[in-house]
Amino acid sequence: MREVVAEFKKPVMLYSIGKDSSVMLHLAIKAFHPAELPFPLLHVDTTWKFREMIAFRDETARRLGIEMLVHVNHDGLSRGIGPIASGSSVHTQIMKTEALKQALDLHGFDAALGGARRDEEKSRAKERIFSFRSQGHVWDPRNQRPELWNLFNGRIRPGETVRVFPLSNWTELDIWHYVMLENIAVVPLYFAKHRPVVRRDGTWIMVDDNRLPFRPNEEPEVRLVRFRTLGCYPLTGAIESHAVSLEDIVSEMQSTRVSERQGRLIDSDESASMEKKKREGYF
Amino acid sequence: MECARLPAEETNKDLLRFLTCGSVDDGKSTLIGRLLHDSKLIFEDQLSTLAKDSIRYGTTGDDIDFALLVDGLEAEREQGITIDVAYRFFTTPRRSFIVTDTPGHEQYTRNMATAASKADLAIILIDARKGVLLQTRRHSLICSLLGLRHVVVAVNKIDLVAYQADIFDRIVTDYCAFASQFGFSSIVSFPISARNGDNVVKLSDKTPWYSGPALLDYLETINVENETAEASFRFPVQWVNRPNADFRGYAGTVVSGTVNSGDPIFVAGSSRTSSVKELITSAGPQQFAQAGDAITITLADELDIARGDLLASPMSRPEVSDQFAAHIIWMSDQALMPGRSYLARIGTRVTPITVTGIRHKVDVNTSAHLAAQTLDLNDIAFCNFATDTPVAFDPYVHNHKTGAFIVIDRFTNHTLGAGMIAFGLRRGTTIHRQTTLLGKSERAAQKRQRPAIVWLTGLSGAGKSTIANIVERQLHAAGHHTMLLDGDTMRHGLNRDLGFTEADRVENIRRASEVAKLLLDAGLIVLCSFISPYRAEREMARRLFSDEEFIEVFVDTPIDECVRRDPKGLYAKAKAGTIKNFTGIDAPYEAPHNPEIHLHTIGQQPEQLSEKIIRKLAELGRIG
Repeated sequence: MREVVAEFKKPVMLYSIGKDSSVMLHLAIKAFHPAELPFPLLHVDTTWKFREMIAFRDETARRLGIEMLVHVNHDGLSRGIGPIASGSSVHTQIMKTEALKQALDLHGFDAALGGARRDEEKSRAKERIFSFRSQGHVWDPRNQRPELWNLFNGRIRPGETVRVFPLSNWTELDIWHYVMLENIAVVPLYFAKHRPVVRRDGTWIMVDDNRLPFRPNEEPEVRLVRFRTLGCYPLTGAIESHAVSLEDIVSEMQSTRVSERQGRLIDSDESASMEKKKREGYF
Repeated sequence: MECARLPAEETNKDLLRFLTCGSVDDGKSTLIGRLLHDSKLIFEDQLSTLAKDSIRYGTTGDDIDFALLVDGLEAEREQGITIDVAYRFFTTPRRSFIVTDTPGHEQYTRNMATAASKADLAIILIDARKGVLLQTRRHSLICSLLGLRHVVVAVNKIDLVAYQADIFDRIVTDYCAFASQFGFSSIVSFPISARNGDNVVKLSDKTPWYSGPALLDYLETINVENETAEASFRFPVQWVNRPNADFRGYAGTVVSGTVNSGDPIFVAGSSRTSSVKELITSAGPQQFAQAGDAITITLADELDIARGDLLASPMSRPEVSDQFAAHIIWMSDQALMPGRSYLARIGTRVTPITVTGIRHKVDVNTSAHLAAQTLDLNDIAFCNFATDTPVAFDPYVHNHKTGAFIVIDRFTNHTLGAGMIAFGLRRGTTIHRQTTLLGKSERAAQKRQRPAIVWLTGLSGAGKSTIANIVERQLHAAGHHTMLLDGDTMRHGLNRDLGFTEADRVENIRRASEVAKLLLDAGLIVLCSFISPYRAEREMARRLFSDEEFIEVFVDTPIDECVRRDPKGLYAKAKAGTIKNFTGIDAPYEAPHNPEIHLHTIGQQPEQLSEKIIRKLAELGRIG
């Protein structure tokens, strides 16, 4: 992260409100101590995030006194784009991918720090720590720079940008161990609680507000659930769990037989879908 | 923090980084898939995707194809080969692992070097049916160059040779015979079948003649303690932390050795010394820091230290030189040209660098030394380098962190190569410029002018020399002192040993710009008329002078017009094939992006064009 601040004119940290973002923010504060964070945070809001996420975001910004930019794709919003009306892939494309590009262009950011990890998904496993995007934010997997030792090449020409993933080599379990070790605040949705949910496509979808239309035979019920990953609520599946503390989460993790992104409805369309999204400029 | 440290390291949980290398279809990806699967590290949803994909893309009939777990990108699935470096993570009760899967395909040597730069151990796969191949030698050489000390030889597909002990023994003997030259500290061999799982996680009952441990068992227990903690203290300054006027701290990561509060510190390059005032972390000051710790150091004295400087122990100083010899692995389609100016990143410092000579190229298959003029993609060579400013380093064999560098293109910013420094060159440290009592300004003042370089670039036949001659005649008539350097004239004398290959063109321009510099030092206005087709060389020439001294003039005549004029009949010969490497025909011309003067010659008289140059010289105050 210090590398990014030293090499780029106008960096930003992408803040998704999830556990990885919490860890990345914590590390950044440590890295620049005693100076203040030398960059703002940016949250791309699809307007479909869990209410508890938004509350946590605003609380975090207030508590740490950080500049938190929030960007919504108003154009997409006015066209009525949403996960239910448009389907998950259109929604993600317009409200996340396009919105992110808009925000980066609007502020002229040349480097964006993100909390993505290589263990999340197969096409992420090949991602560089400094991931190069040509003009128009295009990611070409064949045109990435080799990264040797810790000698990162952050040099870019005007119009080109870089996404930087300092947590590339962390695993989900590493994240939770570190959250526990450093006592980092995370969104309460990660802990098991009785929440209103419906069974849909083999997972539990939380009824976070009255925008979620029910399908035939769907009856909301209250279950003890938690989330392993957070996104737009109609697209994010919960798991049944009794884990109410960090210790519980870690021990649950060590015995799980299912991967983290299984709860993400956007990945399962096709197995190469993440790579497609990334070529289009998704994080 | 460069790449955030893992909590596993923080809590001293043991981490082993290894890479797999082998030829196409030796089963690298299958082996990793098998390791993950048999250690029960594959999740159920991944397994169900895998079963689906195996039917669609698999090459193993109805069985599950474990390679598909690792091969991530769509393009690879179609071609059935891995094209880039993939990182896998798994943890067993005894150890955490980061595995890099590297391609075995011929043209992807650069990916292997990338993976090897971050690994503690290499698994070299050999197909039991094929034995040691040329590529096995190449992979071993790269591992050795990048300083890997531990090698595992996995003789795979042992099931396909009916689990015969003598085949395994012969391959191991072959391997050890040629690998002895590489100086690995351990080589351990395993007879395995990645597809069936023999001796990967569990010992197989089909190889009763094999008495060693299973592969995973070995990976979990091998000691690869590296010496970074015992090595001398080195700390490249990554970022100067100055939140206010009262605080100035140097942030970075200790790359080797240890440091205590109060320790003396040597600032390599400036040769100044001081001592550590405080070692600062967000948890407060601490007494001690060691290799791998990200800290902020404050010093007892106010020194001018910036990003790129290296803090070191004064008892064991790094070498400081502007010339050194190093191995380089070239990773770009664009060939390495000796004399061309690139950028090098060493530690946190970025400095212009040139190859002053290729000592020898290494034949990756036989390790033989070959002569070479240039280096192509995947070539490995031992070269002499010169940097614009002195840099601090340690030989790579002593310290990987301070002895490694990458080479970057000045224009595209692509990473072109990876270097490992062998030793500093004495001439770098002992030759100092002789200072003269008179300078160029005194010499020029006597001539009532200020010296300048007017660099005309453009295609052959564009009109460079015609314009240069008119400008010189006019300056001369006005009482100025000038000199005209011309490509053809230079090639008859000083440069008559040079031809027209890209490498020779680079050297041609290097010599021409050095001569121009001597003439400028004499106080003259120097007109240089050279095709100088490459941006990199014009940039190299420009860097020899100050901003107001150098005027680049792009004599812009379209190629069709040059061919039509063809004053020397050269285009006709080039088109007939009797002249090779002719700019504009079968060699490229890279037009300047931002020349000081851009002359469009079509429809203009040479006198009008010359007038623009004279006006520019007056504007810049070079002539009265």
